[in-house]
Formats: sequence, C-alpha cells, structure tokens
Amino acid sequence: MTLSVRSVTVILVLLGLALVPPIASWVDQGYYTVLFARMLIMSIAAIALNLILGFGGMVSFGHAAFLGVGGYVAGIFIFHYFEDGAEWMGNGYVQLAATIVASALVALFIGAICLRTRGVYFIMITLAFGQMLFFVAVGLEIYGGDDGLSLYTRSEFPGLFDLNDRTTLYYVSYGTMLACLLVSWRLINSRFGMVLRGARLNDRRMKAIGFPTYPYRLVAFVISGVMTGIAGFLLANQTDFVSPSMMHWTKSGDLIIIVVLGGMGTLFGPLFGTIAYLLLEDILPSITESWQLFFGPMLILVVLFARGGIDSLLGPRSRPDD
Amino acid sequence: MNWLLLFEQILNGIQLGLLLFLLAAGLTLIFGIMDLVNLAHGSLYMMGAYFAYSFAGWTDSFVIGVLLALPATLLLGIVVEVVALRTLYDRNHLDQVLATFGLILFFNELVRIIWGPAGLDLPLPDFLNTSVEILPGIPYPTYRLAVIAVGLLVALFLYLLVARTRIGMLIRAGASNREMVGALGVDIKLLYTIVFGLGAALAGLAGMMAAPILTVEVGMGERILIDTFVVIVIGGIGSIRGAFLAALIIGLIDTVGRSILPDLLNLMLPQAAASTAAPALSSMLTYVLMALVLAIRPAGLFPPRGA
Amino acid sequence: MKRLIVGMVSAVALLATPAMAADPVKIGFVTTLTTNAGAIGEDMRNAVELALDHIDRKMGGRDVEVIYADDQFKPDVGKQETVKLVEKEHVDFVAGYIWSHVLLASYKSVVGKGPFLISSNAGPSQIAGKLCDPDFFSTSWQNDQTPMAMGEVLNQKGIKSLYIMAPNYAAGKNMVAGVERTYKGEVVGKDLTKFPDQLDFSAELAKIRAANPEAVFIFYPGGHGPQFFKQYAQAGLKDKIPLYSVFSVDSINIDRLGDLALGTLMTQFWVPDLDFPANKKFVADYKAKYGKYPSFYGAQSYDTIMLIKSAVDAVGGDLSKRDEMRAEMKKANFDSVRGPFTFGNNHFPIQNFYLREVIKDADGKFTTSVVQTVYENHQDPYASECEMK
Repeated sequence: MTLSVRSVTVILVLLGLALVPPIASWVDQGYYTVLFARMLIMSIAAIALNLILGFGGMVSFGHAAFLGVGGYVAGIFIFHYFEDGAEWMGNGYVQLAATIVASALVALFIGAICLRTRGVYFIMITLAFGQMLFFVAVGLEIYGGDDGLSLYTRSEFPGLFDLNDRTTLYYVSYGTMLACLLVSWRLINSRFGMVLRGARLNDRRMKAIGFPTYPYRLVAFVISGVMTGIAGFLLANQTDFVSPSMMHWTKSGDLIIIVVLGGMGTLFGPLFGTIAYLLLEDILPSITESWQLFFGPMLILVVLFARGGIDSLLGPRSRPDD
Repeated sequence: MNWLLLFEQILNGIQLGLLLFLLAAGLTLIFGIMDLVNLAHGSLYMMGAYFAYSFAGWTDSFVIGVLLALPATLLLGIVVEVVALRTLYDRNHLDQVLATFGLILFFNELVRIIWGPAGLDLPLPDFLNTSVEILPGIPYPTYRLAVIAVGLLVALFLYLLVARTRIGMLIRAGASNREMVGALGVDIKLLYTIVFGLGAALAGLAGMMAAPILTVEVGMGERILIDTFVVIVIGGIGSIRGAFLAALIIGLIDTVGRSILPDLLNLMLPQAAASTAAPALSSMLTYVLMALVLAIRPAGLFPPRGA
Repeated sequence: MKRLIVGMVSAVALLATPAMAADPVKIGFVTTLTTNAGAIGEDMRNAVELALDHIDRKMGGRDVEVIYADDQFKPDVGKQETVKLVEKEHVDFVAGYIWSHVLLASYKSVVGKGPFLISSNAGPSQIAGKLCDPDFFSTSWQNDQTPMAMGEVLNQKGIKSLYIMAPNYAAGKNMVAGVERTYKGEVVGKDLTKFPDQLDFSAELAKIRAANPEAVFIFYPGGHGPQFFKQYAQAGLKDKIPLYSVFSVDSINIDRLGDLALGTLMTQFWVPDLDFPANKKFVADYKAKYGKYPSFYGAQSYDTIMLIKSAVDAVGGDLSKRDEMRAEMKKANFDSVRGPFTFGNNHFPIQNFYLREVIKDADGKFTTSVVQTVYENHQDPYASECEMK
C-alpha cells in the first residue's frame, strides 16, 4: 500500500507535535511548548466546530461561548478552592465533570432554539446567544467582570496527572486532540454521520426518507459544544486566566476562519488550519507592525484560489462527499 | 420616573436607530439581492468618515466636505464591487465572510498608513454646534437633531425609490427572486453594481454623520457592524421596511435600556450589584431581542416574499 | 503544507542558536501600539528611547536592549505577549502596562518567574494590596490616589453634589472608589460604561442634565477623553456644570481637545512644569526630539528606565545579584522627574499629588500647569493589606 501525500503529512505533523516539548526544552525555549499547547487546545475547538460546520452545515457564530463555559467552570471552581478552601472544588475530576455537564446543558438549550432556523439566521442567532453569554461573564462581578479572573493554581487529577506541569498539560492536550479526532472520525462514518451529512446536503430529502433530522443535528451540536467546553477548560489551565474576551464574537469568528482555512468538512483540516493561523499570528507581528495589510489579502487569496483550504493542497480527497 | 428625561432618551434612541438604519438599508439590500454577506460594509462606513474628514479639511466646510465625500464613497463602493466582490456572488456565505473579513483588515491597515493611527476629529460648523430648547428646560444638541432629519429624509427617499421607480421595482423583484429577474433579460450585473454603490454611499453617509459625535478612527466600522447585522436579521433580510423598524427598535432599546436599567435594578438589587449588572444587562438587551424574534419568527419580522 | 513544515523546521533550527556570553540587559516593554490607544504606546516608547539616549544605552557597563510588545488593548493578548517575553526572550525586566486589566492578567506570568516587573502606568488595588510581591515595582501610582486627591479638591471647593462617570473595568472601578473615599458631599448619580466599546454617551449625558449636580467627575483615558469632552460640550453642559477629571486629558489628546479643555482641572502626581532639574531636562529634550510635550505616561516610562538603571548600576551589571538589585530599587535612588519620592512597603511610590489646569503656553501650545499641591507624600490606602514590610 502506498501512502498518499496527505497521510504522510498527517503522520509528520502528529509526530512533530508529539516531539515539541523535548525539542523545546533541548533548545531552552519553553515558550514553544506554551505556543504549541495553545495550538493543540484551539485545534480541539476547531475540530469540534468542524463537526457541525463542516459535516453538518451549521455555521455557529457563537462557538467561543463554549470555550468560555469550560474556561469559567475551571476558573470559578479553582477560585473557590483557593479563596474559600473548598477542597472538593480543587479536584480536577469534579471540575471536568462540571465542565462537561455545564457545556452540554448550555449547548442543549442554545441548540434546541437555534436549530429551528437556517442559513444566515442560524449564524445570527448563535451569535446572539454567544454575545449573551459574553455579557453574562462581564456581569460576573465577583469573578472579575470585564477584567477576567486569574487562576492561582491549575487543575489536579489525583493519581493521574497534574496540569501545573507544563509538559503534562501539553500531552494531555495532545491526547485530547487525538481523542477528538477519533470521535469525529467514528461519528462521521457512522449512520449518525450519514444522516448529519445528508441533512446538510438536502434536509428535505432526508426527512422524506424517514430521518427526523432535528434530533440528529441537535445531538451533533451538543457533542460539539462539549468538546469545545473541554477545550475551554484546558485553555483556562494553559493561560492561568479566563476573561469574557475568550468568548467575544471575534473569537468565534477566528474559529470559523481557522476551520475554513484548514478545509471544512475534512478530518484533519481544522488541525492544519489552527497551526497555520496561530503560527502566522505569532510570526507576522514580529516582522512588521502593519501585518494585517498582508494577512487580509492573504485570506482573500485563500478563498479565491485555494477552495477547500489547506487540506485541498494535499491532493484530492480520497472520498469526496459532495 | 422623569418624563422629560424619558422623552430625551427616546430622541437619543431614535437618533441612534436612524444611524443604524443608514447602514442597515444598504446591507440588507446587498444581502437580499446579491445574496452577499458583506462584512466590509463597516469599512465603507469608516471610509465615509475619513473622506468627510479630508474633504472638510480641504474645503474648510463641513457641509461641502460631506457633499463631496458622498460621491467619493459611492465611487469607492463601485470599485470594490467590480474589483473584489463580483467574483464572490456565486460562492457560499462562508467564503464571502472570509474574503470580506480580509477586506476589513486591508482597509484598516490602508487607513492607518494614509491617515495615521491616531483618532481624528471632524469639527462641526458653528450653526450645528449648539443646542436648541426642544421643550422647556430640555436643550438638545442641534447636530443630533440634524442626524434625525437626515435619517428620516433618507428613509423617505428610499421608500420613494423602491416603491415608485423602475429601478425600485427591479430591486424589489431581485429581493424576491434573483434568477427570475436575470431570466427576464434585466442587466443583472449593472443592477448589482448600482445597488452596491447605493449601499456604500449610505454606509459612508452614516460614517459622516457619526464622525462629529464620535472619533474618526481605525476600526470604527467593526464596532457598529454587528449591531447592523442584528438590525437586518430582525427586520428580515432584503426588507427596507423591516430594517427601518428594527433599527428604531434597537436604537430605542439600547439607549432607553442603558438609561433606566440601573434605576430599575436599584429597586431590586443592592446598589453595588445593580451598578455592575446594569451595563452588562443593557448590552445584552439587543441580543435577547434578536434571539426572541428569531425563535418566534425564524426569518425575521418581514421576510421578503418568495424567499 | 510542505512549505509549512520546512518553515517549522527552520524556525526550530533558529531557536537552537546558543545564548551569547556578553548579553545585553534585556527589558521587555508591554504597551499598546495599535488600536485607538496606540498613540499612548507611541508616547511611552518615545520616552523610553529618550531615557536610553540620556544614559547612552548602557546600564552597569552593559548594553541595553528594549523589546516592545503590543497588547492590542486586550488582556489575553497582553498576557500572551508577556509570556513570550519571559519564556522566549528571557528578558531581565518586564515593564510598561497602560491598562490595569492587562497588568492583572499578565501579573502571574512574571512575578516569581525570574524577571522584575515594573508597572509604568497601571496601578490596580489588588497588586497594591493582597497580591503585592517583592519583585514588583511601580513608577506611577495606585489607581485610587489620583481621584482621592480630586475628592479633596472637590471638598475644598465646596461642591455639594457630584455625578460620577467612568468605564467599567479595573481602573475605572478603582477611580470611582478613590473619589468616593475622600469626597464628602452627595453622589447623585453614577454610570459605569462599557469599555472600550461605548463611545456615544448621549443617554448618560441626558441623565446628568436631569440630575443637575454641582459638578461632574470623569475618568476617560486615552482616545475616550476627547469624545467625552466633545459630547459634553455638544449637549450644552460645558458652561453649566463644571467637569473635573483624572487621566482624561493628557498631552497626547490635548491638542485635539483644544479650547474644549481649556481651564479644566485635574489632579496628578506629575506636571510638565514641575521645577526639578531631571524634569526640566526630560521635558526640554522630549520637546526638542519629538516636537511636543511629553505625557504623564511618558514621564512614568522615563522613570521606569531610570529605576532599572539604578539597580543594574548598583550591582555593576551582574544581574544574578537579585537581592541587591531589589534593595537598590526599594531606595528609589535616582533623579525622578516627579522629584524625590520613596517606595512604600508594597513598592508603590509615596509621593505628592498636584492640582493641574489646562493652559496655553507662551508659544500658544496647550499644556498643563500646577495650581496647588493637594497631597504631600501620599501613600495609597491598600498598602496596609500588603504583607510585605
């Protein structure tokens, strides 16, 4: 069996990412562990968004809200653990469980309402809910309001690992990212995934042949919300800081751009997109202060000439689904 | 409740609403007719303000500056349409979002290079820089009254244009069924360019109107862009009438909410909690309204027929 | 994709360059260089460069390298840039910070991680109190102090009712707390506005008119100052209700304000016409080099470099002697543009506060001038909450 360019690239990227912490500590540049951990975490959110955007055709313009839900659960639990000495709130398992429950409930509520609408109206109503949650966070005065909340310790998972260690956090994020890729892959190739993709291409026909698409789309929305919530939980731990700005609409926009840039509706596109986007964001400003003058037209060129994003540069897809 | 204060706040709300309407009218037409999501609409608003600043500076007159800036923005809109956006009509919405987002970054940087990063002020002529006593004891800035007047005039103009002229007929037809208009032999390319130029000029006009109140600065377009989208979605995409109503509703809710919410919350919450919850809550109001409208009417208040 | 990998590999290869033996003293300077507040960052950078000129770009016999970072006016970006300075550039000092919320977000990434942290502007109450740290110093003030001085001024003027407006973020809340701490009259209204997004104050101005206070107190820093003054005048309030402000008029926006601000009163720890040799040199050379008056942001940034120099000089450039450097900085042993001052236990300055007024100088340029001294050797109210001695 011969390996395609895509498979080779994917293997190289995954291998390369696995090697970042040792290489970074070898050259005494711990910063790169930090930067790439951020990439891994953002890629989890991008993979989650791609699940509904790329495969389900649901353009959520409020997905950063779930980053915020996860982040604030971590932040608030650690805040009370630190300030009031509530031992149980310092337990990572409890925090993670709370993150999953909270983001699932929020996603269920938002999804149930938003999925009644279509197209641009769906984009805007998800934006509305995202902004509402943003302003809820702004109003959380004891948790810093507009200024955000600093985390004075990170989540500890007794008996398993402690996210206070940078390398541990890195590999936990790496593992979570792989797990999300695996979940996406299994989902989209299952009967569930077929219905989801069918609903994107022709909702009416799917309904006509007997699939009530609404519950399928809602479940996908909730799964995506939970994944993004977990990403938010990790992001709070990684930056030791949560603030409303992590759920601002521009962050939701960034996520969409990452997915489109990487190649929506492809398995690995979100990962490529995140790496490219965050690397550019890190490197361009150090070259020139007016980096956006180049970044802007670059985005236009990607849209005009690289339809299908970075993933499409790796050759035709093995199994096109539209 | 202080009724005079409420009256003044309603005027403020109408003024903000009409400013939003100037932006929303163009955006909703472009969206409804060309099916183009144009994030760069805010950039045209910004360019309008910068043009007015420069022309007013050269001619030493605010009014002449605005009169010159208006065709300049129209021209810019046409250039942008022909050069960059024409190729995007048959793309999906996401491609359009990405490309027009790129345009925003480009325009922002361009402005930074030409006019510099610092905010600029567009001074008002003396006859507008005063206040009139609209009710005993209530002086109101003359300029804000002028903005209200311009907004209402534009609304009237658009109504006549859309309802009474041939081009208005084509616009209405385009909003309901794009393919059919093309099939009937209308020069759809020209129609698109005209509509886009008109929308750009209206956005630019909004920028010029806002400039003396706010600051002419990089990024001023993005701040108002989301509110504009909220307006057109609540109103129903493609509907000028919907945009007009929704803009007034959003303007009123935002201003009156900001004004009376703190007092309302003070009655229910302790002072400290109320003073911090109020700004957050009042910023949330417009989004709550949009979610409610869409949950009940998934295509806005006035969905165009046939869509 | 291939190109991306090549890029990544070469980036990693670049990192592998070993550190040189005679490294310069590295200072990371976090400020705002883009957005509408970019002009403030520009002024701070100018002042830092002027300070470097004055010291021949040398400290303790070693070269000095300043790396500027842009926080884009956002706490999360500021935090990221700070981590980059500490972890990637391995700077010896992190300085700058205009905004309190940016400093609060970045704080933990510096203190305890090796470098000293010196705030050139932001002074949130948390860092002056509970979160104080031996490795942190401020060359500015604690947020509450300046409005506290203004509260005293309002008392002296016999103002019986006051309306307060400020943006809703860390510094805004501190400013409100500060003026309420000393002001003895009645606060008839208070509005905290969304920051930095809200720029139209029509609703709040209408409320001010309805409340009809004897005076209005505001805090609107950077680009927000001119918008507020402009709308205040357009609403016809300028000649009716006197406006007292802190940090809202500075030499960066004073020309835009022009006559709108003439005669406006504010309190501050520094004024361009303070009669100290270091200040005269700073102001004269700044005007000669950049053709305008320096702002208080610039004055604080200039002092930041001088404070760092005093520490590095004291150890002869041996940056491993951290305890000696800390002890030296604690002495505030340099010629500050504000005149002599001392550091409190929380490493915030104990200093004078002045009332200043906007005037036109002999060349017809707008600037500010001292009216009176409000506080002498004033310490912030949070110092007692700090456990350091």
